Amino acid sequence: MPRRTDISSVLVIGSGPIVIGQACEFDYSGTQACRVLKAEGLRVILVNSNPATIMTDPEMADATYVEPITPEFVEQVIEYERPDALLATLGGQTALNAAVALHRSGALERYGVELIGASIEAIERGENRDSFKRIVDEIGGQTARSAICHSMQECLEAVEKLGYPVVVRPSYTMGGAGSGMAFDEDDLHRIAGTGLALSPSTEVLLEESILGWKEYELEVMRDHADNVVIVCSIENVDPMGVHTGDSVTVAPAMTLTDREYQVMRDQAIAVIRAVGVDTGGCNIQFAVDPATGRMIIIEMNPRVSRSSALASKATGFPIAKIAAKVALGYTLDEIPNDITGETPASFEPTLDYVVVKVPRFAFEKFPAAETSLTTHMKSVGEAMAIGRNFTEALQKALRSAEKPEAPFEFAAEPGEMGELLRAIARPYDGRLRDTVDALRAGADVEQVSKATGIDPWFVDQLALLCEVADDVRAIDHVTPELLRHAKRHGFSDAQLAALRGTRADVIRGVREALGVRPVFKTVDTCAAEFAARTPYHYSSYDEETEVSARERPAVIILGSGPNRIGQGIEFDYSCVHAAMALGDAGYETVMVNCNPETVSTDYDTSDRLYFEPLTLEDVLEVVHAEQQAGPVAGVIVQLGGQTPLKLARELEQAGVPIVGTTPGAINLAEERGAFGRVLHAAGLPAPKHGTASSYTEAREIAADIGYPVLVRPSYVLGGRGMEIVYDDASLSEYISRATDASPEHPVLVDRFLDDAVEIDVDALYDGHELYLGGVMEHIEEAGVHSGDSACALPPTTLGPEELLRIRESTEAIARGVGVRGLLNVQYALAGDVLYVLEANPRASRTVPFVSKATAVPLAKAASRLMLGSTIAELRGEGMLPASGDAVDLPADAPVAVKEAVMPFNRFRMPDGRTVDTLLGPEMRSTGEVMGIDELFGTAFAKSQVAAFGALPVRGTVFVSLANRDKRHMIFPVKRLADLGFDILATAGTAEVLRRNGVTADVVRKRWVGSEPDGTPTIIGRILAGDVDLIINTPSGTTVSGNPRADGYEIRTAAIQANVPCVTTVQGLAAAVQGIEAQLAGSVGVRCLQSWARRSVIRAERQATP
Amino acid sequence: MTTRSPALLVLEDGRTFRGESYGARGETFGEAVFATGMTGYQETLTDPSYHKQVVVQTAPHIGNTGVNDDDPESGRIWVSGYVVRDPARRASSWRSRRGLEEELEAQGVVGICEVDTRALTRHLRERGAMRVGVSTTETDPQALLRRVLDSPPMHGADLAGDVSTSAAYVVPAQGQRRFRVAALDLGIKTMTPRRMAERGIEVHVLPASSTIDDVLAVEPDGLFYSNGPGDPETADGPVRVLQQALERRLPYFGICFGNQVFGRALGFGTYKLDYGHRGINQPVQDRVTGKVEVTAHNHGFAVDAPLDRPTGTPYGRAEVSHVCLNDDVVEGLTLTGDDGSLRGFSVQYHPEAAAGPHDAAYLFDRFVALLKQAQRGDRDGS
Repeated sequence: MPRRTDISSVLVIGSGPIVIGQACEFDYSGTQACRVLKAEGLRVILVNSNPATIMTDPEMADATYVEPITPEFVEQVIEYERPDALLATLGGQTALNAAVALHRSGALERYGVELIGASIEAIERGENRDSFKRIVDEIGGQTARSAICHSMQECLEAVEKLGYPVVVRPSYTMGGAGSGMAFDEDDLHRIAGTGLALSPSTEVLLEESILGWKEYELEVMRDHADNVVIVCSIENVDPMGVHTGDSVTVAPAMTLTDREYQVMRDQAIAVIRAVGVDTGGCNIQFAVDPATGRMIIIEMNPRVSRSSALASKATGFPIAKIAAKVALGYTLDEIPNDITGETPASFEPTLDYVVVKVPRFAFEKFPAAETSLTTHMKSVGEAMAIGRNFTEALQKALRSAEKPEAPFEFAAEPGEMGELLRAIARPYDGRLRDTVDALRAGADVEQVSKATGIDPWFVDQLALLCEVADDVRAIDHVTPELLRHAKRHGFSDAQLAALRGTRADVIRGVREALGVRPVFKTVDTCAAEFAARTPYHYSSYDEETEVSARERPAVIILGSGPNRIGQGIEFDYSCVHAAMALGDAGYETVMVNCNPETVSTDYDTSDRLYFEPLTLEDVLEVVHAEQQAGPVAGVIVQLGGQTPLKLARELEQAGVPIVGTTPGAINLAEERGAFGRVLHAAGLPAPKHGTASSYTEAREIAADIGYPVLVRPSYVLGGRGMEIVYDDASLSEYISRATDASPEHPVLVDRFLDDAVEIDVDALYDGHELYLGGVMEHIEEAGVHSGDSACALPPTTLGPEELLRIRESTEAIARGVGVRGLLNVQYALAGDVLYVLEANPRASRTVPFVSKATAVPLAKAASRLMLGSTIAELRGEGMLPASGDAVDLPADAPVAVKEAVMPFNRFRMPDGRTVDTLLGPEMRSTGEVMGIDELFGTAFAKSQVAAFGALPVRGTVFVSLANRDKRHMIFPVKRLADLGFDILATAGTAEVLRRNGVTADVVRKRWVGSEPDGTPTIIGRILAGDVDLIINTPSGTTVSGNPRADGYEIRTAAIQANVPCVTTVQGLAAAVQGIEAQLAGSVGVRCLQSWARRSVIRAERQATP
Repeated sequence: MTTRSPALLVLEDGRTFRGESYGARGETFGEAVFATGMTGYQETLTDPSYHKQVVVQTAPHIGNTGVNDDDPESGRIWVSGYVVRDPARRASSWRSRRGLEEELEAQGVVGICEVDTRALTRHLRERGAMRVGVSTTETDPQALLRRVLDSPPMHGADLAGDVSTSAAYVVPAQGQRRFRVAALDLGIKTMTPRRMAERGIEVHVLPASSTIDDVLAVEPDGLFYSNGPGDPETADGPVRVLQQALERRLPYFGICFGNQVFGRALGFGTYKLDYGHRGINQPVQDRVTGKVEVTAHNHGFAVDAPLDRPTGTPYGRAEVSHVCLNDDVVEGLTLTGDDGSLRGFSVQYHPEAAAGPHDAAYLFDRFVALLKQAQRGDRDGS
């Protein structure tokens, strides 16, 4: 049946900011959906608060609302746009929850909007534990024995029947938020208590422990004619007990016979039918008892999920794209399989390779957090690799994870067997490596399998790797046969070098001389049964390569690898834009990346896709293969963040042409001494600084420039390891704890500018002309990492004269460094001096935000500049405005506010409490949102709604401030009192307020325990929901994550009770403006396309002076 | 663990792959075909339809779940050779009884591993299925090629007799017996009579050489023809028996080879596909309902029948009921009487699955309905 003709406009809801459990996989799925809907000629209306997404590019939809995904805002969009239908199954749990809320409020009915994809009934049947359990019973499946509880009392009663340990899962939360395993009653109180609070329906499920069972997932697709296919099976290497997002997973399933697989398949199909997901994809999870084969259905997601993205990349079957088509009424047999071009989508992909996904964690950002992996997802990203066998795929995936400690280490001493066996009984980041060490230390497959619960087949594969390593180590002279054998099992040159006591480049030389090189196979959905038209490749040490020859010059774009804090979707955005722009400019675009969640690894994004690790070895092989295939114009390393950037110099040394800013110029900006000379030559001031390779040197530098100083290792992204220290003692402690300072790894010591305004600039430079893309003013003061700070564009407090100074300084830096392409500069304005903090000649995290806020595609323009176009030419083409830049923004330009989203609620300390939430120089946010409106206050209010939930407009504010901040907050707190808020303050703060005419109730400055007279403490009042806004600036001097720092309990309680908590004076001023905007009732919605029309007028205005 | 020796694979067009021995040592010949299922190697190996074929598994890891005693589709391994990339070093399954390599050795099946199976598959896709030799004893590709060229081709091969049961046997109905069916064993799989027995059918499995009298002797309510190896052009005996049964209005159901024989009985030709369908992910559409089934396939030949119109035959109106959506190959036939009532049907694919999805299991119910309708007809008529 062809597509429905009764729908002409569709509202798509995205997933909002990147958070743990909901990352850029939904940009991938949402982008696919938007493309499909537009191609079908429908009017596409999009709501997504995340500016770093491809889906919010203005050309992806007809009306793009970068607005908060709340029922109130989405309803405003519906009221204005009057869409025929709402597609909410491609934007994760956020979109699904918004759709359910709009249904419950009657908004969908009121405006006649039909929910397509999955009906409300199906969503509820699938997500409500009770009804889902009934459905599984009806279809003859089994679920874990369990009880639904709505109160702690019910939990305690239920556990008497189920026994400990018991799994706690809150309903309707994403990424398993709030779930955990309770081993005793204390655990139960803590986990179920939080779970009940987190669940929108105050509902948790307690169930029998199936810890240690084998875990599987099936991705299912159904059309309205009831054709159902299984797209992919996924097996978790980590058994039950670890969230699937935190598990090492494998596709296809490796340890099921056809009998068991088909029963699983039958049940999955029965479930999707019974739940009533009419059209689209869903994900069903199973557990299998390894001893008996008893199979249990764990849960289903009636929507596209993280696993769907993984399955799409693993099979070449684009689940979101097909889901969008079937939602429009097509049947699967009417949809062609893009990859073969000839066969239909109504089939089940079959793989002739193995796919392994490994999670990427960020525990180093939360040193106090407990590192055990549980049913509560903690990873911030993932890497996927494809190989012709499990060992090859696994080792490629581990080096794709881009952590030095991720790949197996076969050369070092493994440690003591008994100790290792005890350690690996608990799941944690790095367990797999210790599992290999246990084998190397003498444990056998059975012992290891018993200790970890990992299936013996997988353990045996690890044992195989150990045997290959032993062979490599033992042989006198490496033979081509042994080299090839090791390569077939995924050993990198670096691993082989370690085993042979030589360098990786020596192994590479030997390999090349012997002709031991990988071939590139194709992901084709059908195990070569039909010819593939889509060049989606992966490397393997096999016989025949499938890279075809080409005529047009290729540009190879290196992506950014797995998402992590500090390097996420923003960099993928720039890579995708380069692919689009260079494809349009006539190049053959070649993408190299290993992140399955991204748009860049969609085979539709570039002309060729190589799903490969971003290491020197793997990238050189791709470059080699492409040079064999035809002319290569160059490799782009500037757009994918630090990952490709750090390869630049070695690639150049290996003779690879790097386009854009040269590796030498990149080094000029990164290396402190050289950059200092650039600044000096341009007459630009920088904070006093020095480079130290020991504590003694660091202390001397600090004494010279004066405390406080900012210290950090060189060559990092995301402020990794960066701290502000106030004295010798903490400096010494920092050097010994956070770095191993040496001449090769120096520590940078900078004067810390207190009370400075921090400014972020993104610019383009072609060697002659500068295009200032955007100037962003940070809301938090200097000292908070730019990635964690909210910022406004255009800058709210800078005048034209300051902007011109910024422009001149940026141009001088661009010229001095030798930038061709993008440049990001961070400035601090203190006492009318514009200090240069740092310059990065690459795409920055803010490029997508600036592009959205100003309607100028900076990354596209940058990629063209790298290939030799000039800014003048791009102005002529219309890619850049005909004249002017961010300095010339008109008075009526909208204000865009970017706000960071923090993952604190995901991380707990060993005692179960959440980690501290204080912002510091080390970046810890996972994502961002944008609020855009006429005025700063409204835009800020929107950004807060999108990031955290609305600011309160009435109620009680609790104020507790550091002494140095008290002067600055009198006015904003007085304003809050005038607006009708009740003020609650600690004694010192209350006294200052009283003298300024603000009445405040005094709370004793005692955070724990109860008051002697029995009145609740401030913590108790926060947890009880008596407080609506918390203002707490730290009075301690340490921001290093020490949990005893003053105010920790308050901020933790704020997280637990989900109360907005402002931790800086500047943040408070912004919050007050936001609250005023909300009280004025003037917060409306407006699409980017409408805002952009102002920019067009601006360009014309400027063109005709 | 087994120590491996070098092994050689040579196709009849001279393309050579080197690998290592897997299973028994020695030399073997057959038609090289590739199978794309990611599960079910045990069922594949024991499927009689693979007789005289060297099977290339596209899934790289083979043997992970070992060998159990429940899953074989016949009493022995039938493939004449086995080509895999990464054989399992140890099995893991609560049902596993022994390792696959052990089983291959015990049954004397010569295999080769560590081969670029994808390159081999692409070659077969482009050039078509062809003869192949696998040897652990020969090191000279030219010498092996000469012997490959001397081996018999699949085209024109009459193999049903090789795989068929020598004596008739009965698979009793589970529960109450509702029908009795004569099933001609042209290479029948264990799961097929089991699927019928589950529905109350007592299945009398007869040798491939049975005559119409042998069939009628069991007083069947219906006739069934199984899957099996070889070229349907050679199956003159079974074709004749089927025509005689159709004349007697005996309800008919055929699977795979049974579809090809049905086609021939109705007057259609058969032809050899370039490289066949062997996998468990094939989309087949029911042309009446439009529904798509994901189905298990194992066939190198197909029926040549018109898709756009019904065909009159001496036994009624024949129509193509199912097609493969990948390539429009005929995947099913129906025969109806003047009143539109069903008289017989067949499918080219495997509703018994094993290995494969259960989407097409309803066809056994359709057979039961056909048997019931015929029984009622008989009662009404008598």
